Amino acid sequence: MLRYLARKAAIYILTFFVAVTIDWAIPRFMPGDPVEGLLSRMHAQPGAEQALSGYYSQAFGFDVPLWQQYLNFWAALFHGDLGVSITNFPTPISELIMSALPYTLALLVPAILLSFWAGNKVGALAARRKVLDNTVLPASYVLTATPQMWLGIVLAWLFASTWAIFPVSGAYALDIQPAWSLEFVLSFLYHWILPFSALFLVAFGGWAIGMRNLIIYELESDYSNYLAALGAPSKLVRKYAYRNALLPQVTGLALALGAVVAGAIVVEIVFSYPGLGTLTLSAIQNRDYFLIQGIFLFLITGVLIANFVIDIAYVVIDPRTRIGMQGS
Amino acid sequence: MSVSEPPQPGVAVAGETVAGPASGAAAVSEPGATVAPHVHSEFLHFALRNWKFVAGATIVLACLLVALVGPLLTDNAPLAFTGPTDQPPSSEYWFGTTSYGQDVYSQFVYGLRAAFVVGSLGGGIAWVLGAGVGFTAGYRGGWIDDVLNMLTNVVLVIPTLAILIIVAAYLQVQSYWAEAVIIGLTSWPWAARAVRSQTFSLKTREFVDLARLSGRSTRQILTTELAPNMSSYLLMMFILLFGGAILIGASLDFLGLGPSESISLGLMMNNAFLASALLLGSWWWFLPPGLGIVALVGGLYVMNVGLDEVFNPKLRET
Amino acid sequence: MSLRVDDLTVYYRSLRGDVKAVDGATFSIEDGEIMGLAGESGCGKSSLGKSLIRMDARMKHVGGRVELDGSELPIADDAKMNAFRFRDVSIVPQYSMSALTPTRKVGTVARELLESRDVQFDTVKPELVRRLTLVGLSEDVLDRYPIELSGGMKQRTVMVISTLLDPSLLIADEITSALDVSSQRAVGELLVEFRDRGFVKSMIVITHDLAILYQIADTILVMYAGKLAEKAPAETIVSAPRHPYTRLLISSLPEVGVRFDETRLAGIPGKPPSLLSPPAGCRFRDRCPLAFAKCEEEPPFVEIEPGHEVACWRTER
Repeated sequence: MLRYLARKAAIYILTFFVAVTIDWAIPRFMPGDPVEGLLSRMHAQPGAEQALSGYYSQAFGFDVPLWQQYLNFWAALFHGDLGVSITNFPTPISELIMSALPYTLALLVPAILLSFWAGNKVGALAARRKVLDNTVLPASYVLTATPQMWLGIVLAWLFASTWAIFPVSGAYALDIQPAWSLEFVLSFLYHWILPFSALFLVAFGGWAIGMRNLIIYELESDYSNYLAALGAPSKLVRKYAYRNALLPQVTGLALALGAVVAGAIVVEIVFSYPGLGTLTLSAIQNRDYFLIQGIFLFLITGVLIANFVIDIAYVVIDPRTRIGMQGS
Repeated sequence: MSVSEPPQPGVAVAGETVAGPASGAAAVSEPGATVAPHVHSEFLHFALRNWKFVAGATIVLACLLVALVGPLLTDNAPLAFTGPTDQPPSSEYWFGTTSYGQDVYSQFVYGLRAAFVVGSLGGGIAWVLGAGVGFTAGYRGGWIDDVLNMLTNVVLVIPTLAILIIVAAYLQVQSYWAEAVIIGLTSWPWAARAVRSQTFSLKTREFVDLARLSGRSTRQILTTELAPNMSSYLLMMFILLFGGAILIGASLDFLGLGPSESISLGLMMNNAFLASALLLGSWWWFLPPGLGIVALVGGLYVMNVGLDEVFNPKLRET
Repeated sequence: MSLRVDDLTVYYRSLRGDVKAVDGATFSIEDGEIMGLAGESGCGKSSLGKSLIRMDARMKHVGGRVELDGSELPIADDAKMNAFRFRDVSIVPQYSMSALTPTRKVGTVARELLESRDVQFDTVKPELVRRLTLVGLSEDVLDRYPIELSGGMKQRTVMVISTLLDPSLLIADEITSALDVSSQRAVGELLVEFRDRGFVKSMIVITHDLAILYQIADTILVMYAGKLAEKAPAETIVSAPRHPYTRLLISSLPEVGVRFDETRLAGIPGKPPSLLSPPAGCRFRDRCPLAFAKCEEEPPFVEIEPGHEVACWRTER
């Protein structure tokens, strides 16, 4: 088992290397001079251009040879130095990311966990009730085909703009300061519901469909037939089927992480939610490349760690992996 | 779970063959054979009777029709400022106008065209790459498999959108062909994985061993034995990749990373959002693009479910 | 115990119509009898066995009656059959190697299964362990996951679990098909031992392998194309069969020590009829060397001498 996890860890480390290298390489190998590109889009005053050009060249590290740029990049990374944001000069990027991160996590973590739990439960239910199956399944297909930001827009339009039940933007009311007070928490939840729902519903659809199909497959398996032949109540059979069907779903969770994160980014934008998504958008709009790169690295690291955690969880829940690995 | 990594069961593995010939005394029975199916006639027969396939295919074809014919029905270029601003749908402007006085209908139909381009090209590239890598890895095995597997895993784990944001930010994509290419180049891993495992399971089936024993060359085996059995799987995979590419493309466009000189459904939503169409209540601007995507991608998925039932008799309801 | 099957007819639903898998089977089994049910693939023996305990989703009961120990077995009613499953009728399935769910320890499966059938696990655990030891397994099998056990171990575990409640009738469905010859023998001997020790009152052993039936069965019932062909004590079936199909089967058995170029292995040319629309009359007619005009009428399954039933016009007195 340890070898299995070590192998997985090796892949993640390798991936991290590749990702960082891509991150470092792209601006340097894209056609055109990035500094010039930056400046031309900024429409800076002629006098300032010279100074800015020098600054950027140094910031990119163009004044030293390529290999040294690469190493410097890594060195900075290990110091937690992701550079300085251009638009929010002179705030360090790591600081910007850290202040935005809690909001993104507040959306992501519940959305992932709750949609996984609810989607699987409902999917399993749908597999045995024809009535549910005929409603849940088509609905789930529609949901899973829905772009998250559009769902966010629709939810905001209906529930915030047209029927003013929920607020249309922000993470909390403008006149409250973030603090651990009931007032803040309530305001936070109030603002959280719509963006959370947009993420939750789309993910839910996918899990429900997957689990429904898996349960049908598991209910036809040999162990299900054996239990039924010996008169076991269908409740027991379903319990075993559910347990076995969860395994591929957990694997799927690791695969789906990237997609949910992408969804969170766009949904945040719709609701002007002060998380990484809105930060990304402003970075893109302002051509703040360092910020984009910083966010990118951060996302990658987060996803890799989450993947690793899921891999560990999988080994725990699947005896075949646990024991099969011990033998090798 | 969002759609760019579709649920595995949606692409179900073909049913297993029954146990082989009986041994022992009764030397009279015939072994159960897996015959290469009479694909075409049987397929059509079952496909047209499967309402999910028919419904999904109809929706997709309808969207295609709108994308092809729709632009011919209007004189207004999608980005041209032709009319009064913020008009709800009327007989003159079927889908109303935007805050800049652009024809929403025109934007919608041209956007749908872009969606098909991105979907088919992006999905197609991912399909070719994924099937190629997965097939080679699965069939050749050994160190080739190890290398390709590592490559697949690395690309798989990196969040697609993150890469696309970086690339698109620096590359300044100006055409949907280019956008499709980068989407295709980043979405192939899960297809590779699925094709690889399918190849593995098929490779060890008896009929391949038989072919090899009878002296068929690798290329012959690939084309006459494996390909027909994989073809259904590959078709379903392509449909899923098509849908996934459209969704990823929409996100990219929404972020403003797609081409800005032309229009797409994602870009429509982006423009609408930035112009506060939400607060103004200009539903005719932001509802159609999303509905278009839901219809097209949803139709593709439902079609896929139908295909799954057609190809895997076990899933059919008797 | 006794099992009486009267005109049992079971069809399979398929897209192209009903497959007449079991067509009018009538036979009985007495207390302590091990009956072998033999025939080639597709003859209906597995369907017959399955129909006595749990019908497939595609199977339907078309007619006939089954009586076990004097009371009727409601084989057509899945819910009502539950009361009889495991306690009165039990099965060791063909897929024993994969009959235990991979994500639970064997002991847990046994416990949850028994408790769900209203049996206190702690009460039967000593007996369970005793029987496991009997078949050559140690108690810590219960603490293992199926993946940790070999195929043979899994099969023996399933045999023990299936017979734990001492059923009247055990259906052993092709349990030796996937085994090598010496394992086959060991499993066969275990079956007999189960009967001798009273774990099981009587058995139906379904297989296409007449050789093993000769070793362990008291009587053998031969099926062909959904119909019963012959039933007789094992010795009689092997040494003095009366149905042409049985006779051809026996003669096509290879003998140990006889080489192929000395005596050719005789098969039976042709193949069984389709069960979707079987021909009228005797279903073996087309391949039977003794067929004559009367065979166009279906021969009844009758007793030609005590304990020996045949369905063939040629055996008429």
